[in-house]
This record gives sequence, C-alpha cells and structure tokens, in this order.
Amino acid sequence: MKTKILLLLALLVPLMAVANEGVKLDHAPIDPNNQASLQRGAKTFVNYCLNCHSAAYMRYNRLQDIGLTDEQIKSNLMFAGEKVGDTMTVAMQKTEAKAWFGVTPPDLSVEARARGADWIYSYLRSFYRDDTRPTGWNNLVYEKVAMPHVLWTLQGEQVLKVDEKTETHRLVLNKPGIQTPAEYDQTIADLVNYLVFMAEPYKERDKHLGLLVLAFLGLLFVLSYYLKKEFWKDIH
Amino acid sequence: MANSTHQESKNLVGWIDARFPLSSTVKAHITEYYAPKNFNFWYFFGALATLILVIQILTGIFLTMNYKPEASLAFASVEYIMRDVSWGRLIRYMHSTGASMFFVVIYLHMFRGLMYGSYKTPRELIWLFGVGIFLVLMGEAFFGYLLPWGQMSYWGAQVIINLFTSIPFIGPDISLWLRGDYTVSDATLNRFFAFHVIALPLVLLGLVVAHLIALHEVGSNNPDGVEIKKNKDPKTHIPLDGIPFHPYYTVKDLMGVSVFLLVFSAIIFFAPEMGGYFLEANNFIPADPLKTPAHIAPVWYFTPYYSILRAVPPILNSQFPGVAAMGLSVVSFAFLPWLDRSPVKSIRYRGNLYKKWLAAFVVSFLILGYLGTEPSNVWGQFSVNIPLFGGADRATVVARIFSVVYFSFFALMPWYTKRDKTKPVPERVTG
Repeated sequence: MKTKILLLLALLVPLMAVANEGVKLDHAPIDPNNQASLQRGAKTFVNYCLNCHSAAYMRYNRLQDIGLTDEQIKSNLMFAGEKVGDTMTVAMQKTEAKAWFGVTPPDLSVEARARGADWIYSYLRSFYRDDTRPTGWNNLVYEKVAMPHVLWTLQGEQVLKVDEKTETHRLVLNKPGIQTPAEYDQTIADLVNYLVFMAEPYKERDKHLGLLVLAFLGLLFVLSYYLKKEFWKDIH
Repeated sequence: MANSTHQESKNLVGWIDARFPLSSTVKAHITEYYAPKNFNFWYFFGALATLILVIQILTGIFLTMNYKPEASLAFASVEYIMRDVSWGRLIRYMHSTGASMFFVVIYLHMFRGLMYGSYKTPRELIWLFGVGIFLVLMGEAFFGYLLPWGQMSYWGAQVIINLFTSIPFIGPDISLWLRGDYTVSDATLNRFFAFHVIALPLVLLGLVVAHLIALHEVGSNNPDGVEIKKNKDPKTHIPLDGIPFHPYYTVKDLMGVSVFLLVFSAIIFFAPEMGGYFLEANNFIPADPLKTPAHIAPVWYFTPYYSILRAVPPILNSQFPGVAAMGLSVVSFAFLPWLDRSPVKSIRYRGNLYKKWLAAFVVSFLILGYLGTEPSNVWGQFSVNIPLFGGADRATVVARIFSVVYFSFFALMPWYTKRDKTKPVPERVTG
C-alpha cells in the first residue's frame, strides 16, 4: 500500500525532458533576487535588444519591481518619449523587419519561458564570424540564425576552430571587444536574469505569498486532522 | 433571542419544505446518506474531483472576463491576464494547474474503481456516467488547450483534428466541419471557446449530477467490496457498517482537501509549469501557422493514448487503425462491468492473476504515458544486425509491446477473472 502511494507520488515529480539538439548548453548563473544584476540587465536590454525586439507585454513601470523609481526608469531607460505606463514596443514595422532580416524579430516578453535561461545564456555567447552568412555572423547554438551579433563591440569577434582529428569544434576569441570574456559573461548573465524576470515579473514576489498560503493550509491540515480524530473516535 | 431565531429558521425551513424537498434532499444525500465506515486513502479522490470542478468553473469565469477569443488577440490577452489583471496570474495558474490536477485526481479515482471493483453490479451505471465524465473532460481539456493560442495549442489542435481525416470516406469532411476552416484558424478558436466555456461544462455538470444520484441510489462500494446494505439494523434500517456522510466524511474530506490544497498551492506558487508538463515551453511562443515545431506532443494526460496511436503501424497506407486503436483505448473502460467475471469485487479477495494483470496494466499505462511525451527516437534504434527489429526505433517497439499489454488487460479479462482463485469475502467490512 505504502509503496503504491510512493510510486504514485513519484509520478507527480516530472522527469525533466532533456531536449537533445547536439549543443551542450551552459548553465546560466542567474539570481532573481540580485537587484543590481537585474538593473544592469534591464540597461543592456533597453540599449541593445529593444531596438529590433519588442517586449510588448512588459510595462516600463513594472521595473519598479527590480528596485527602480519611475523617475529613474524615465531618465535612464526610456529614450523615445513613451509614458512610464506604456509597454516596451519598438518603432520598427513588422513587415519592414521581415524584409530586412528575413524574419520578424520575436517579441521577447516571454522568450525566457519559451527558450529557457540556459539556452539564451549560451546563445548570446556563441556568435562567431562567418562570411558565408548575409550578416557576417553565425551561431553555434542556433545555426544560421538571422540575427547579427548585436553585442559584438562588447564581446569582440569569435571564430570557429574545427579540430579535424577529434571532430570537435570550439569558439576562439579572435579580436577582443571592450569587455574581457569574464565581463562579457557577466553582462549576458545579467541580461538573462532580466529576461527571466521580465517573462514572469511577479514570480519572486508571489513566492513570499506562496509561503504564507502554505503555512495557512498547514495549519488548516493540523486543525482538520484533530477535528477528524475527534469526530471519529467512537467509530470502530 | 437565540431561541426565537432558531424558531424562525425552522419555520423558514418548514415553509420551504412545504414547497421544495429541501430537508429531505439534505438528509438523503448528506446527513443521512450512509457510507461504509472503512473508506481508505483512495476514497478522497471523488470529493477532490468535485472540488477541482468548482475551482475550474470559478477561475474560468474570471478568465473569461479578460480573455479574447480572437486569433490576433488571444495570446496577448493571456499575457494581459498574467501581468495586468489583479491576481490574474494566480487565477490563470489555478486554472492551468487545475486542468492537470483534474486528470491526476480522476486517474487515481478510476484506479480506485479498478482495485475495488466499483464498476461491478449494481454500480454499472455509476461507472458509465463516470466514463462519460472522463470523455467529456478530455474534450474540455482539448478545447481549452487551444485558447492560449501558443505554438503547442495550435499544432496540437492541428494534429488532433487531422486524426479525423483518416476516417475512411467521410474523414476529410469531418475535419473541415470541426475546424470550420481549411486550417486551424480564428474560426476554430471561436468555436473551441464556445465548446470550452459553455457546451461541455453543461454536459459535464449534468453527468456529475447523474453520477452522484446513481451513487446515492445504490450506495458506495468500499475497500472490502461488501454491500453494507445487506446488514441493516432491524429497527432503524440503517446499515450496520454505515456512518452518515455528514459529519464523518465531511470532516475527513476536509482533511483530504487541506492536503490536496497544499500540493496544489505549492505547484501554483513554486512550479506552475511543472517542468514543462503542465505548461509547455513551446506554448510561450505565439501560434504561427507557417512554423511547425520540431516535436509536437500532447499534454501529459493524453500521452498514453497518443503512444498507442503512434505505435499502431499504418495498414494499406491508412492511419485509421491507429486512430481507431486510440479511440478504443479510451472507450475500453466503459466495457469493464461486462468484461469482469469475477465473483468478488475487491482486490483484497481476488487471486494473483487479477493482481498481476492490474499491475501490468498500470505499468503499461505509465510507460506509454512517458513515451508519448517524447519523440519516438528517444531511445535510439536497434542495431541493424538484429533480425525482425533491425533498425527500428526502440521506443516504438516498446510502445507496441505495452499497447498489446494495455488491450490484453481488457480483452482477456473475461478469461482471467473467471479463472482466478478468489478468497472468501467476509460478511461485514473489516478495519
């Protein structure tokens, strides 16, 4: 009986499906409670991403949740005269974007939930020079991606080195950028941290509420347990 | 003063009773409905299913207030609910978690029926209404899954509706008729919305009422499979092993409800996606009719049947046998009362044969369920040197074997239940 119940409980624990697409993803070192990291990520996002990619479900003033005031948001993160309650849209027309890049850059509001933090973290660090591509860039994680390496001034230029003997390949920094590799990894980690926050802005805050709810239900269970015991004491 | 209020309320009840069977209904179904006193863990799930039904209806009402059943707005309106509607994200997670938990609870409830023979005489109709509830619930889940209008919503619906295309002669017309368009589109979304929020919930509620009326007519089964109505107190005519549903089972169910809500809330607050099983990652990408996802899998609760569909090879270039097998795998449950020839109900007094078959069935169900969530090459292929299986997908071969076990559980039941060595059933319930 007990083993049966345990077996059924084990069923509820999902077996993580591992999407095997050849490339090993790096673990994204993100911390949803690190506000400084989230703020740096927001800065990178509005400066580099929010020109082609929209985040049409994200309102600027939701950035209050990562410790910014409306004034700080307006003066540091908004450039096109929007209102602080507006969502993060871009001026580029979808049809134009499609003509320029071949695809419309996807909206990034919930991209972190679709791709996962590790995927984005690996992807943004895996661009390399490839003159056969129209943009001059290719990507190890997302082969033949339409997006050029927007952060190349920060990272520098990587090239793909293929070892014929062992049939392995790796990326090598050919021309350094403004940031060292460690700094660049941190920039991307901050950006991914922000993207994860943006995909579900209330998540961390709700966890505190969740603990209260669980505490209440735990109390309810204890009370109902003794209530049941009291009612059932004369049933044999 | 208190006394006079009491008097008045009694008068009010009396006034109502003269016009409507209020007291007698409450008595018949709650305070004087005598349930066996030996219900165990497995008997929580009926009440929990009712609770989830209420949760789904209530949260559904509030979601409907903000959701837009229109192809160009649907995805955005769900994110609007998640971000801008007060408590919208929790209401939505309650609904999405509720959908999966509904199936968790219903599967455990059905397994209870298999263990204790709850479908056997005189409870065949309860069981049939229950199978009806299960089928409608599957429809309800399928229609609801299209509404967020993500990639999985869209392509899942596309795949399932296309299944009907394989029906000989009339298939393509049926698919077109269901879709309302040549491809899943705004027209499909609109009608699925109508089915999801009004048509199927009405049928579901009707079936639940019928399920309960039938149950209260014949009385509940129990882990011993003993009919408690056979042993009544000669004076009061109350079953000796029966206790009134209220207060005994109301307080016991309250305890079960609080444990269930603990699990339910933990999922809502800490793991609403449940590792991609309750909410799939691909469904956070808006539906795109021009981009087929590499791997389309239904939500976990459909995957055992989906595995069977994939396992059956096409015959004469027709996928219809697979579709028919999938349909049969779901409907098979309805035949149980007539397939089971055992003289006893409960697994406690059945022989080893039934126990082994039931275990094999549960294992098949779980393995088929797991394989249904994965692409069919998940375990690679057999080496080409092996005769018969050479080069075949390992997972497909395994799915075929367990599909056979799945159907054998039903098909061979008349034989193995009759042949099984049963133990004597006690007169009265034990423990």
